Amino acid sequence: MSSSSVVQFNIQVSADLTQNVKPLLHEIKHALDNLIETGQTTIIDLRSIPLAPGEEDHILKTLGLGEVQAKLDALGLSEIIETQYAGVWVVTHYNDENHIISRFIEITTMPEILSSQTEDIMAAYSRLAITLQDDQEKN
Amino acid sequence: MTNDFKKKKSQKEQTFGDVMRSQGVSRRSFLKFCAATASMMAMSPAMIPKIAHALENARRPSVIWLSFQECTGCTESLTRAHTATIESLIFDHISLDYHHTLQAAAGHAAEEAREAAMEENYGKYLLVVDGSIPMGNPGYSTIAGISNYDMLMETAKGAAAIIAVGTCATYGGIPHANPNPTGAVSVNDLIKDKPIINVPGCPPIPVVITGVLTHFLTFGTIPELDHLGRPKVFYGQSIHDRCYRRPFYDKGLFAETFDDEGAKKGWCLYKLGCKGPTTYNACATTKWNNGTSWPIEAGHPCLGCSEPDFWDGGGFYKSLSMPTENITQTAIYTAAGAVAAGVAIGAMNKSKKNSAIAAHDKTTIDDLEK
Amino acid sequence: MSEIEFLNWVRGPGFQIAVIIFIAGIIIRFAEILMLGRKANLAEPKGSEMSGGLHTIVSRSFPDKSTFQRSTFTVVAGYLFHIGLFVTIFLFAPHILMFKDIFGFGWPSLPTPVVDAMAVVTIIALLAVLAHRMSDTVLKFITTKEDYLVWMLTILPLVTGYMAFHRIGMTAPTLLALHILSVELLLVVFPFTKLMHGFTFALSRWYNGAISGYRGVQS
Ligand code: HEM
Ligand code: HEM
Ligand code: SF4
Ligand code: SF4
Repeated sequence: MSSSSVVQFNIQVSADLTQNVKPLLHEIKHALDNLIETGQTTIIDLRSIPLAPGEEDHILKTLGLGEVQAKLDALGLSEIIETQYAGVWVVTHYNDENHIISRFIEITTMPEILSSQTEDIMAAYSRLAITLQDDQEKN
Repeated sequence: MTNDFKKKKSQKEQTFGDVMRSQGVSRRSFLKFCAATASMMAMSPAMIPKIAHALENARRPSVIWLSFQECTGCTESLTRAHTATIESLIFDHISLDYHHTLQAAAGHAAEEAREAAMEENYGKYLLVVDGSIPMGNPGYSTIAGISNYDMLMETAKGAAAIIAVGTCATYGGIPHANPNPTGAVSVNDLIKDKPIINVPGCPPIPVVITGVLTHFLTFGTIPELDHLGRPKVFYGQSIHDRCYRRPFYDKGLFAETFDDEGAKKGWCLYKLGCKGPTTYNACATTKWNNGTSWPIEAGHPCLGCSEPDFWDGGGFYKSLSMPTENITQTAIYTAAGAVAAGVAIGAMNKSKKNSAIAAHDKTTIDDLEK
Repeated sequence: MSEIEFLNWVRGPGFQIAVIIFIAGIIIRFAEILMLGRKANLAEPKGSEMSGGLHTIVSRSFPDKSTFQRSTFTVVAGYLFHIGLFVTIFLFAPHILMFKDIFGFGWPSLPTPVVDAMAVVTIIALLAVLAHRMSDTVLKFITTKEDYLVWMLTILPLVTGYMAFHRIGMTAPTLLALHILSVELLLVVFPFTKLMHGFTFALSRWYNGAISGYRGVQS
């Protein structure tokens, strides 16, 4: 089959097809300004915006990759990426089957989900204490 | 840890937070869960802390799921909800006490389970219904010898709220399509004294079903509904208003067939019968199959499946601006009849005119002085 | 009745009823007019009735200089809204689909933004025509209730169509249903009011021209 006989369905990738890409990028800029001025963080749910095929990729490509790429193993994988614009993060949550379940753009110094949580630290403390106690008893 | 934490709670008293902790789910995982849940419920990410707090304290509810005249598509859809781990947490948490497709028990044993659940949780359980209810003859659809109508009315009595899942339960759906042979009606045709959340769609988007269930389980409240009882977060905007092909509609660029240049360029599907302009649903943003795509992105016009009577709109491939009846035939028959009538009326007028002329008297001065 | 049931009704039985009344009404009125006949003209013809008649049907579409000067507003506004009606009714893609469904053939449409702009122009022109009618003492005096009704029925589909397209004020199915209903009202009333001029203009103009043609004078 020659490549020209392959019918391509609905492949209409254009930067401003839904007119949602540019406003979104502007919103990010505005949120960055807000972060600098007031320290306030902003989270945007990418699933709440109607995007044409290819437009999400276009947004992600525009934001690019920065210095931090973290992986999280919590109820399935999560990817936390700082984009080439410091302060702009893309957080993608996957489920056990590696399907994307949600994707956020976070404008913050660090996404909350990266920090250790107080409850987990407390649980960790008890666990460590118990382990040390066990060791002591064994010796 | 405090004392009452160590106290063994009965399963029903455990909060969702307790369940998570007992399964060794970390706080961080819980936060991820809440973020995904917010997205699923179509809530702003700013709500995540509130959702976390509410979920932490949510109690394990009892859910009874009744299926009437239905095709099981809605249950199929639900079990395809994509957030596998996350949903299973929710579904592990709820106590699905009766669902005759998903449960192992059948017949009278199953009915006993339903009655037991009703009794134990009277006034507190959540009732989920899929399928319409035949009013023509109770024998059209029965479960363990009980008619759908009787079972619905009996089970609804002790329910805290009802979620009608799918177009059949919300508006009658396919069974209700003209000429409605079974006299099918919807849940809110029959029940007026309970809060009812309508989740239409044929089937509804999986995450919309779980989103609505989760909302109720998380907050114990009914989300804000539109005039057809649909949660506004999912059904607040029409397909057309959020459709990525809308710029083409506005410019008047349409696909004329399924394989012409326009179709390949992704132009608007209005001429192919798209009902997006009159349909309210979340497809354009939530999409289907893990957010992969949705019908219009796949090149097929919207059928209007989340609206009442979408089967009776004159055909899925008939544009919204086209009349649904055969107007050409109507016009021809009317014209034929009207010509005959016109000639008859004309002849009558003519004879009236002639007799008027015949009876005509000249006006005299006397007449004018009268 | 739910809004979709309402929409299904106006697209179905409602439309059918309106078309029956519209077509039957027009044919019966034409039959009445034509069969009433005219007294035979005993004078010897000095020219052709046909050519004079046909000529006038066209020529009356262009106002002569003095008429134009006397009633510039009426002519301009009148032209504007009639052309606007033509464009919105016959050159809008969804409307052409409807005609195609009935006649079996369609024709090219204008880009939607053009039709959209034309709809606004038409609505404004119709408003201006009404304002003129109500502010001019003589015009106001000779205006009947029927004239107001006819104006109302003409502007309603334009306004509801515009609202449906821009989704103003109500849910989309309701707006569309109201638009089609307003068109059905127009169709039902059309044959029995002055709106009939849309068809009878040809007859009356032909007759005026034919008289001149028969006499051999310029029509
Ligand atoms: C080819 C067809 C038609 C012709 C030749 C025609 C011609 C005319 C003329 C000569 C007038 C009087 C002068 C004026 O106000 O412009 C008039 C008025 C009017 N026409 Fe038409 N017309 C046609 C079709 C229609 C149609 C289809 C409609 C409605 C859907 C319509 C609605 C009106 C209205 C509402 C007025 C009165 C305007 C006022 O209030 O002053 N016409 N038409
Ligand atoms: C039965 C006949 C008709 C049908 C089925 C019909 C249907 C429609 C439809 C489906 C729309 C688009 C609405 C949307 O996008 O949601 C529309 C728009 C419109 N219609 Fe009609 N229509 C009919 C007759 C008419 C007539 C007779 C008029 C004028 C007198 C008219 C004037 C308009 C206008 C002005 C618009 C808005 C156009 C725009 O702003 O771009 N329609 N119509
Ligand atoms: S494809 Fe359908 S929903 Fe999308 S713009 Fe066209 S008519 Fe509207
Ligand atoms: S695109 Fe329309 S018909 Fe298809 S699932 Fe969504 S609402 Fe239903």
